[in-house]
Amino acid sequence: MISAMLSEAWLSMGANRLRTFLTMLGMMIGVGAVILILAIGKGAQFLVDQSIASMGSNLFIVLSGSSTSGGIRMGLGATPTLTIGDAQAIAELPGISAVAPNAPGTAQLVYGSNNWSTQVIGTTPSYLDVRDWKLSAGYPFSDSDVRSATRVALLGQTVVKNLFGDEDPVGKTIRIKKSPYLVVGVLTMKGQSLDGRDQDDSVLIPVTTAQRKLFGSQFQGTVRLIMVQAASAQDMPAAERSMNQLLRQRHRLQEAAESDFTVRNLTALANTAAETTRVMSVMLGAIASISLLVGGIGIMNIMLVSVTERTREIGIRIAIGARQRDILLQFLLEAITISIVGCLVGVVLGIGGAVLVNEITQTAVVITMSSVVMAFMVAAAVGVFFGFYPARKAARMEPIEALRYQ
Amino acid sequence: MDGEPIIRISGLGKNYLTAAGPVPALEDINLVIYPGEFVAIMGPSGSGKSTFMNLLGCLDVPSSGAYSLNGTNVRTLDKDQLARLRNGVIGFVFQGYNLLARVNLIDNVALPLIYAGVGKAERNRRAQEMLDKVGLGKYGASRPSQISGGQQQRVAIARALINRPRLILADEPTGNLDSRTSHEIMGLFTQLNRDEGITVILVTHEADIASFANRLVRFIDGHLAHDGAVEHESHGTLA
Ligand SMILES: Nc1ncnc2c1ncn2[C@@H]1O[C@H](COP(=O)(O)OP(=O)(O)OP(=O)(O)O)[C@@H](O)[C@H]1O
Ligand SMILES: [Mg+2]
Repeated sequence: MISAMLSEAWLSMGANRLRTFLTMLGMMIGVGAVILILAIGKGAQFLVDQSIASMGSNLFIVLSGSSTSGGIRMGLGATPTLTIGDAQAIAELPGISAVAPNAPGTAQLVYGSNNWSTQVIGTTPSYLDVRDWKLSAGYPFSDSDVRSATRVALLGQTVVKNLFGDEDPVGKTIRIKKSPYLVVGVLTMKGQSLDGRDQDDSVLIPVTTAQRKLFGSQFQGTVRLIMVQAASAQDMPAAERSMNQLLRQRHRLQEAAESDFTVRNLTALANTAAETTRVMSVMLGAIASISLLVGGIGIMNIMLVSVTERTREIGIRIAIGARQRDILLQFLLEAITISIVGCLVGVVLGIGGAVLVNEITQTAVVITMSSVVMAFMVAAAVGVFFGFYPARKAARMEPIEALRYQ
Repeated sequence: MDGEPIIRISGLGKNYLTAAGPVPALEDINLVIYPGEFVAIMGPSGSGKSTFMNLLGCLDVPSSGAYSLNGTNVRTLDKDQLARLRNGVIGFVFQGYNLLARVNLIDNVALPLIYAGVGKAERNRRAQEMLDKVGLGKYGASRPSQISGGQQQRVAIARALINRPRLILADEPTGNLDSRTSHEIMGLFTQLNRDEGITVILVTHEADIASFANRLVRFIDGHLAHDGAVEHESHGTLA
C-alpha cells in the first residue's frame, strides 16, 4: 500500500518536473545553508576550544598600568610598573601554583642565511608550567640561566621551520639582534591563540637576558606582564583578591589611589569568548533555519495548488473506495518525498559548500553527523508539518463536489 | 424475484442547500431492487437521476428517508465503512469515464485494489484479466488519452468490475458515445448481468439503450413516475 503510494508520489512529482524541482530547491537551499553554517560555526568553536586548551588552565594575567587612567584609557602594559620581584612575591601567595613574568618584544633572528622576525618572550622556566607547554626536543633553560642571564633560547615550531627547515636546531647557535644564543630546546606545537595569533611563532629566553641584553632600554628591570596560574578553579577568586592586595602594598599605593596594574582572569575571558562563539553559531543556525521554514512554506504552497488541481482525481479515488486516511497519506507522502529528496541534495550541497569554504578561505569547518541528522529530521518534520494541512484538505473533500470539479 | 433485496429505499428525499434556500431534487422515493436485476433509469434533464445515483453509490447522503444496501442501513455506517462499500460492493461507471490521465490503463484498472490492500503482483494480474475481458488486453501500458472514448469507457467498466462488486451503477455511461459503440458497451453490461448475476442500474436518455434492461424506472421532477418492465420491440428493431 505504502509502496504503491510512493510510486504514485513519484509519478505525480514527475508529471510536473520543473515545479517539483523548484519546490525542492527551497528545501535544498535551506538544508544546505543550515549544514554549511553549522559547519562554519562548529569550526570556529573548535578553534576557540583548541586555543583555550592551549592557553593553560586557571590563568590570570597581571598587566602593567591601570585599566582606566583619569578617564583616558591607556594601553595596558604601556608604562611597565611590574617587576620580577612582584612575580616572586605572587608565587608565595596561597592558592597559586605557578608564576611567570613576561617581557615580550620583537626581534630579528638569523641562522646561517635564513632570517626571521618574531616575538621573543623573556620569562622564567615556570612559563612552561603556566602555559602547559611541553618541549618536543632538548631541555628547558633553568632558574640558574635566569639568575645569570645566559643567552639561551627555546624555539617555537614556526620559528624552527623558518630558520632551520628540516635541520635539528638543538645545540645550534642563532643570532637574536646580532648576539649569539644557544638553542637548548624546541617547543611543541600550540596552534592559534584566541586572538588568532600563531603561538608557535615565538622564542622564549630568560627574562633577565631579555631585560638586560635584548630589550634593555625598554624594560629597565620591569616586565610587561606576569602570568599566574591558580592551583584550581576554586582558588581563583581568593587568589585574585590577594594578588590585588599584595601588589597595591608592594607598589605603596594610597587607599584612594588607582592601581597601576590590572589583574585579568584569562580563563573567565576565554570562557566568555567560547560562550560568544557558541551563541553566534546558534544564532546563525537559527537564521539559516528560517530558510528551512521558507522552504517548508514553498512545499505547502505547491501542495495546496496540487490538491486543488487534482480535486477531480481525489473525487475519483474516493468514489472507488479510498478512505480519508488513504488520501491523507498519499498527499503527505508526496510532501515528505519532496522535502526529503530536497534535503538529501541539500546535505550534499551543504557539505560540498563547507569543503569549498575550507579550501578557499582556510577557515576551519567541522561537519558533525549530528548536524546532518538534525537537518534531515527537521526537513522530514517540515514535510509532515507543511504537508499536513493540504493533505487534510484533500482528504476531507466531499466526493460528489470533487467529482463535479472541472 | 426472491431472496433479500440488494437495494431497499423508502421515503427517500434529497434537498440541495443553495444560497437561495433548499432545492428539492428528490422527494419520497420508494424502490426495491433485487440481486440480478438490470434497471434503466430515464427522465428529463434535472429530474434527479444523477442525484439518485449518487445516493445509491454512497457518494452523497439523503436528506430524508432510508436506504438499505445489502440489508444494511447506510445511515448507520461511518465514512470508512462507506468507503469499503464503494470499494468492494459497488462499481461506479461515469459518463465522463473519469480515468486518471497520468497513469496507464493497467494501473487505472488496478486502482480500487490498492485501497482494498491487494499486493502489486495480484493487482496487476487481475487488472490484466479485466482488460482482457473488456477486449483491451493489449493496451495495458497505454495512457487513457491514447485510446478512444468507447475504449476508455471499457477501461472504466474494467475498473468498476475489478473488485468483484455485486452492483454496477452507471450514470449515462453511453452519453458521450456514438450508437454503435454504445451498443457494444451495453452488450458488455448485459453479459455481466446475465452471466455473472451482477445487478446493473444505469441512467440513460435513450430508449434503445434503456431497452437492454429488463426494468425501467422513470423520474419526473424528483418523483418516481413510472416503474415497470421494459418492452423489447424497440431494441429488436434497432439491434
Ligand atoms: N450540487 C447541486 N446544488 C444545487 N442543486 C443541484 C445540485 N445538483 C443538482 N441540483 C439540482 O437538483 C436537480 C436534479 O439534478 P440532477 O443532476 O440529479 O438531474 P439529472 O436528472 O441527472 O439531469 P441530467 O439528465 O441533465 O443529468 C436539478 O434541479 C439540479 O438543478
Ligand atoms: Mg445527470
